Amino acid sequence: MKNSEELKTFLADLIPFATIEEGKQHLEIVVPLDKWHETAQKLRNNDRTPFDYLISLTAVDYLTKFMVVYHLEAASTHELVVVKAEVENRDKPQIDTVSDIWVTAEFHEREVFDLFGIRFNNHPDLRRLFLDEGYGFPLRKDFKDEINIIELSN
Amino acid sequence: MSDEVIKNIIVREDEDYIINMGPQHPSTHGVLRLEVCLNGETVNYLTPHIGYIHRSIEKMCESDTYKQIIHLSDRMDYLSSHMNNEAICLAVENALEVEVPLRVKYIRVALDELSRIASHHLWWSAFGMDLGALTAFFYGMRDREKILAIFEESFGSRLLHSFNTPGGLMHDVHPNFQKHIMEFVHYFRKKLPEYKQLLTDNVIFHNRTKGIGNMTRETAIAFGVTGPSGRGSGFSCDVRKTAPYGLYDEIKFNEILHDKGDSFARYLVRMEEMEESLNILEYVADNIPEGDFTAKMKPIVKLPEGEYFQRVETARGELSVYIVSDGKKFPYRIKFRSPNFSNLFVLNTLAKGGLIADLVAISGSLDLVIPDIDR
Repeated sequence: MKNSEELKTFLADLIPFATIEEGKQHLEIVVPLDKWHETAQKLRNNDRTPFDYLISLTAVDYLTKFMVVYHLEAASTHELVVVKAEVENRDKPQIDTVSDIWVTAEFHEREVFDLFGIRFNNHPDLRRLFLDEGYGFPLRKDFKDEINIIELSN
Repeated sequence: MSDEVIKNIIVREDEDYIINMGPQHPSTHGVLRLEVCLNGETVNYLTPHIGYIHRSIEKMCESDTYKQIIHLSDRMDYLSSHMNNEAICLAVENALEVEVPLRVKYIRVALDELSRIASHHLWWSAFGMDLGALTAFFYGMRDREKILAIFEESFGSRLLHSFNTPGGLMHDVHPNFQKHIMEFVHYFRKKLPEYKQLLTDNVIFHNRTKGIGNMTRETAIAFGVTGPSGRGSGFSCDVRKTAPYGLYDEIKFNEILHDKGDSFARYLVRMEEMEESLNILEYVADNIPEGDFTAKMKPIVKLPEGEYFQRVETARGELSVYIVSDGKKFPYRIKFRSPNFSNLFVLNTLAKGGLIADLVAISGSLDLVIPDIDR
């Protein structure tokens, strides 16, 4: 798609420190962890395509690292990009919050904190969302709860 | 109570007066607790507390095959179960590059729109009831029954269909499927003026819903409020238009947009959406082609390594499925971005400064389904 090429060159100028790849479906951007907040601001507040609609925010546990995945859409043009940030410190995972940029992130981040235990720096209200204090982080791959979770083996 | 006890529970000027709405409150339609801070009758702020029916569907999915996940997805937004199924099916089909038969595409659209109307029926009924119009409940339920009868005839279940499967449908629809849809379309077209008389043109209803819960387009986008609630604020977010799937890029239909942003605008969007769905149904039911009900699929579906993202429009907004596959028969990670999760948290912004009686009219117009929030 021509449009996608154009967006790619635009983003490469906007955030030169990020790696931008053509994914199977959408543009995939991988951002260094310390540049994430700056990137988010640039993606949200630019003149060509302000990505103002945060569709989804989630994390994936790869056992050695976490990948925090953001799906962003520009509400005016409906262009979609996937932004990923790697959190390598698995013992004390931390990433900057983007709840000051997209309000909805505040609640999605609470969900990720609840289920993965990833802390979001500067988050206004980082509490657990579904589960009680002291419960583990169930969506981590090494989480074991032999009583409550039924796992199907092959 | 004695005077002494009453003196002890009086709230001082500098204290917050907090009451809990829920978890068992008739107007929350599920186990949702709203911690409401009041000043007299005015809402200062409110905090939603969720998780009462959190089942961790995403974790369960990690040890289920793609065909089994279908059944779990039903239990999120149980009024849009067909669309939830479709999201996973489309994600799997796109990943495997399977082309589903045309007949399946038509039937899926028909079921999408039937589910949408049935869901809006329930919302309309309950919304009327929340505001004290009990008649609405009986009218809505009477007409919803006709759709559920079509579902029951074809798949044996009324609410949780699990009728989609990667590659197509579980089995073919009943021979009377088309005929009954057409009958329903004609029947409901005649009944819609009743709905208009009962609530849409009702002065009491106007007074309860107009001008409250104002949401601007910017607020809707910032909070990610999608579906009819977002479109009531002029946020063009109909996935059927913005990222078409299935047959939706070939069918002619209008995206309903209102820009007032109050409870009544959200009400109007849903009412007009029902009419639009009837038009789509009429076109689709006339044109369902003959053919197979499923494409050829292996008994065990394995997705190639990679990430897949699929968006569909449910009756409440945008549902996205994000699948990370490591090439095995179970997904490595699956994430459901459910519409109600984002829609719920805008409630504080909308209800702040309003009356507590309006809170019911606002949360009713957002049309929340709680299992979809908790997942």
